[in-house]
Amino acid sequence: MSSTTTSDPIDQWEQTDEYKWGFVTDIESDTLPPGLNEDVVKAISAKKNEPDWLLQWRLEAYRNWLTMTEPNWQNLEYNKIDFQAISYYSAPKSDADRPKSLDEVDPKLLETYEKLGIPLEERAILAGVAVDAVFDSVSVATTFKDKLHEVGIIFCPFSEAVQEHPELVRKYLGSIVPPNDNFFAALNSAVFTDGSFVFIPKGVKCPMELSTYFRINAISTGQFERTLIIAEEGSHVSYLEGCTAPMRDENQLHAAVVELIAMKDATIKYSTIQNWYPGNAEGVGGIYNFVTKRGKCAGDNSRISWTQVETGSAITWKYPSCILQGDNSIGEFYSVALTNHHQKADTGTKMIHIGKNTKSYIISKGISAGVGRNTYRGQVKVLKQATNSRNFTQCDSMLMGDKCSAHTFPYIEVANSSSHIEHEATTSKIGEDQIFYCNQRGISTEDAISMIINGFCKEVFAELPMEFAVEAKKLLEVSLEGSVG
Amino acid sequence: MTTQAMIESDTFQAAFEALDTQSPLHELRSKGFERFRELGFPTRRDEEWRYTNIKPITTTTFKPASGSITKESITPYTLSDTSCHQMVFVNGRFAAELSDVGTLEAGVRLESIATISESSFDMIAPHLGSCAEIEREVFTALNTAFIEDGLFLLVPRDVDLEKPVHVIFITTLGSAAVVTHPRILIVAEENSRATIIETYGSDGDGVCLTNPVTEIIVGENAIIDHYKIEQESEEAYHISSLNVRQHRSSNVTSHNYSFGGRLVRNNLNCALDDEGCEATFNGLTIGHGRQHVDNYLRIDHNKPNCNSWEYYKTVLDDQSRGVFCGRIYVAPDAQKTDAKQTSMNLLLSEEASITTMPQLDIFADDVKCTHGATIGQIEESQLFYLQSRGIDKVAAKTLLIYAFANETIAEIKIEELRTRLERVLLDRLPRGELLQGGL
Repeated sequence: MSSTTTSDPIDQWEQTDEYKWGFVTDIESDTLPPGLNEDVVKAISAKKNEPDWLLQWRLEAYRNWLTMTEPNWQNLEYNKIDFQAISYYSAPKSDADRPKSLDEVDPKLLETYEKLGIPLEERAILAGVAVDAVFDSVSVATTFKDKLHEVGIIFCPFSEAVQEHPELVRKYLGSIVPPNDNFFAALNSAVFTDGSFVFIPKGVKCPMELSTYFRINAISTGQFERTLIIAEEGSHVSYLEGCTAPMRDENQLHAAVVELIAMKDATIKYSTIQNWYPGNAEGVGGIYNFVTKRGKCAGDNSRISWTQVETGSAITWKYPSCILQGDNSIGEFYSVALTNHHQKADTGTKMIHIGKNTKSYIISKGISAGVGRNTYRGQVKVLKQATNSRNFTQCDSMLMGDKCSAHTFPYIEVANSSSHIEHEATTSKIGEDQIFYCNQRGISTEDAISMIINGFCKEVFAELPMEFAVEAKKLLEVSLEGSVG
Repeated sequence: MTTQAMIESDTFQAAFEALDTQSPLHELRSKGFERFRELGFPTRRDEEWRYTNIKPITTTTFKPASGSITKESITPYTLSDTSCHQMVFVNGRFAAELSDVGTLEAGVRLESIATISESSFDMIAPHLGSCAEIEREVFTALNTAFIEDGLFLLVPRDVDLEKPVHVIFITTLGSAAVVTHPRILIVAEENSRATIIETYGSDGDGVCLTNPVTEIIVGENAIIDHYKIEQESEEAYHISSLNVRQHRSSNVTSHNYSFGGRLVRNNLNCALDDEGCEATFNGLTIGHGRQHVDNYLRIDHNKPNCNSWEYYKTVLDDQSRGVFCGRIYVAPDAQKTDAKQTSMNLLLSEEASITTMPQLDIFADDVKCTHGATIGQIEESQLFYLQSRGIDKVAAKTLLIYAFANETIAEIKIEELRTRLERVLLDRLPRGELLQGGL
């Protein structure tokens, strides 16, 4: 990925002495030293061999970021992030550093895979075992790639798309989440390293869940991911991000940006299962997951559906949103957010109704246990011209234990008299009578709670691709382990 | 503080300096003024004022209100003398000649704050400012800085105040913008019971700022029924604050009706400070023209076993705007809380808009908390049903709006007040006279 010849632009910067922190290109680890300035942005762009327009775009985002302040309205507290202490580029570990086989992997991790029922060959990849040591998986991925190529679907790492389809990237990058949208989106725009790019051509229904492929392929993406999905007229795609298996990660801050564009009659279904390291039971460590996700139903009759199961991360702070611009377009948001121990989540959605007859549907289930804090924050905004628009929102919270908390902050703004908006929310705990009923029938308390929780989340799980729904169920059980009784 | 706010507070500075420094109220006033200077006026960048722009208030120079009125000007607002204890305040000052206190139960004190602060200040000193939040609310701080007059009601232990207390605040309006800062202090001791009606009205047309603060301290087992009726000129700015502190097993019902005013903001704060309390907050807003009405509620469940209900309805026509924010806070040990919040909204025109924020902030697990919000318009099927029975469209529409809005009025226990408000409601509806006779 890098070279030591003097023609390398990175080395040129090094020689001009502009980067006073002692910039060294270490071929072994290929990691930039901590710190952020324009030279770092330039270095990332150069490493990716990006065209000039993208570099300028990044630099503009960086300059914007400098003028912005970190938001503080969230219902979360976290230690101030030192943005100069983060290394903004780190290439994937070389195979040499990885465990040679599953025998070298932390047995605790393997135990969790066992509980989740993850297929054996996938376990190795998830645990970060060197790819060539994993039997067969490369060929599997290649087969999928051919199949997608046949129908004209572009599905590749973001940096590859920049090289091979620059016109598409240039047209759509930042069109939904502008680089100056918010503090973390600006940061991401300046320093993003990789991510996924999906383009579904007109009239094509994606023949498979892009998830399967993704799970095998996209390990070790950086902490500043950039995802762009474009669904042309009449196309259809279902995309799954993340996976149920716990991901070990050294990076504390994850600030990804996801942009979805659905043209006329197109459907995008975006599912997320997030199970990053939540910190230990005392709340030490863990990932900050600050993500900007937004989709635009640009064409008439288009549809964007977000489904998320958030069980990991010390702090989750994200609002997958839909801009319903096309007439008759539909936005959906299904979410299960679980906070155990010291985890905190402030999540929800924004539905902005612009087109006529637009519909949005929000189902949010929050579960708090331990001293977890779970917040639903959502906005439904109906503009004047959005006649006959419709929204239904249901946000339910479940509290387990007397130290946790649940918060609901909906914002409903309506400027159109022909719209129908309904919002309802409940907060409750698992009734002792319900547990008793199960115990009486020979079901252990732990199983009873798991049953009740699954019933509580059923509406959301029903939206997940089938194999993940099964895993998500087990994931909740594992995540809640020990918090019961 | 912005430059504009600086100028504004300088005009208030002059008014503040003009106050009598010898008054026993002065210490409290100074505290309020100091806090007002510290806070400055909020802007839309402040979360609590995000949907209400008070720029028209901060860019207007207000003079203290003055002048007097005749008995005729208050007749639209009064109830018959025999049915209540009537206290009238004109331009923020007690008008004895228009008031009729009547006979009170033994030990009950119903006086103007100006009088009682001169005669027995000790009686109000421990309560005044005890539950109004000058720390958080700048308009409460401003009111506190200018406390001069208002209503003081003390209902002693075991006394059931049979007739309601009706307090009317009238401002005379003209070419100059005027300001009043009415203050109401109600102390209900153990096992007592009282009903209080606050009516705000105007004499004439013009711009004014009415900035009332009400404090209600509710003793053990006491029962309070509170009504607030906003019927001021449609050029009036009205920022009110109701602050309730409840003790063990007390019961409070608040009814909040907004018909008048150009820009109305009602802050309602209720602290359930001991077990077994019940609090009910009902509200109705009828907006038309360019009215903007913002109801901001906060109910703090600080102790276990308390119940609260919020039931707010809004009907908006023309270019009017409505805001509702109801926040239920449940403290970590406030188990067995039962809280319910409902916000129902009816939009009648293409240009009306509503923002509703039913919020829950829960730190205890054994609770039942729900909230619901709906926004919609008159159902076509219901209109059709009525039309198919020979009722013309306008009348059918009126009937349906009336049915929606009247639910909150129908609960009023004082018959005379109920009929009066029904009439006010019908006057606001097209062809409301059709229904007048039938009630």
